[in-house]
Amino acid sequence: MKLLTHNFLSSHVKGVGPRGFPLRLQASEVRIMPVEFNPDFVARMIPKLSLGEVPTEPIQGYEQNEDFLRTMHHILLEVEVMEGTLQCPESGRVFPITRGIPNMLLSDEQTEA
Amino acid sequence: MATGGRRPEHGGPPELFYDKTEARKYLRNSRMIDIQTKMAERALELLCLPDDKPCYLLDIGCGTGLSGDYLTDEGHFWVGIDISPAMLDAALDREAQGDLLLGDMGQGIPFKPGSFDGCISISAVQWLCNANKKSDVPAKRLYCFFTSLYSVLVRGARAVLQLYPENSEQLELITTQAIKAGFTGGVVVDYPNSAKAKKFYLCLFSGPSTFLPKGLNEVKDEEVARQSTFMNKRVPYRTARSGVVRNSGAMRKSREWVLEKKERRRRQGKEVRPDTQYTGRKRKPYF
Repeated sequence: MKLLTHNFLSSHVKGVGPRGFPLRLQASEVRIMPVEFNPDFVARMIPKLSLGEVPTEPIQGYEQNEDFLRTMHHILLEVEVMEGTLQCPESGRVFPITRGIPNMLLSDEQTEA
Repeated sequence: MATGGRRPEHGGPPELFYDKTEARKYLRNSRMIDIQTKMAERALELLCLPDDKPCYLLDIGCGTGLSGDYLTDEGHFWVGIDISPAMLDAALDREAQGDLLLGDMGQGIPFKPGSFDGCISISAVQWLCNANKKSDVPAKRLYCFFTSLYSVLVRGARAVLQLYPENSEQLELITTQAIKAGFTGGVVVDYPNSAKAKKFYLCLFSGPSTFLPKGLNEVKDEEVARQSTFMNKRVPYRTARSGVVRNSGAMRKSREWVLEKKERRRRQGKEVRPDTQYTGRKRKPYF
């Protein structure tokens, strides 16, 4: 699981709603997988990220700053969490990550449907 | 994919049907790979993404990552969800470039609002229509799926879901829940006259209503629209098969259509030639 995806993942446990974000990540195994750098994509994704307690306005002209984009590219797309857990901040439900794949299956009681 | 006329959804849940053996077919069977790739290509086409812009896409029922590979080839980044561990294992073996999640689409899509620029699904959504556990209510699962899908899409983004509806009731069940969730759109049918080639694409828009793309058609001399927008009326499967949605179910320019039109004009009190064996017969191109 790439960190980009983790930034968008949210808990869908019943009754949790927007309080199910962000999922607390605990990584026990991580690997670096090179990915072709695409500055357009990274620049477009940056405003959509939830970066916690940081100033809301990105630095002017970040789209042209290649070093910055390359760093973000590396963090978001090249770092893969292979083993670990994701935890819903509201319900405490834990989603395990195995071989890079988070298991998001819910039990019947936890499903909205 | 249905084998020997029997639908796989009737035999049990997808996580059991898509076991290692089935997953291997997606890795080895070139015909299967070809069909899946072509459908992914068509779905991406129907998604109408802006040219040359790499997007963040969702692949529902990504399976072994065949459709995802096509998205990668087109320069996009994607996240795939599938309920079968065996299929996802095969995707890992194939080194699929997208992020994979083990999940049940009927439980909702676990992402924050406005995450994805678009969504495709190849041959997966019909699985929601069959209840595999006593607690499953297909309509609720479909509604949960569509409302969460609507939420995770960027406003104005589309979802193109290729599926194999068993019958018109199923298609209607699906489209009803999609509309309830806030989507507009319709069903695009490619090659409606071919039993083998015919494909259904449910095209959903999360923003204001847009023009629905035309379905593909082998026949060149008939410019017949192959699209249907959501209506309150039921569309009999028989009619959906012939590809044209008309009140009476007759194909435009067919003999049936001509006879109906003449009858209509008679009812309007206009002078109409009597119907004979020559009425609506095929004419030579130079007629």
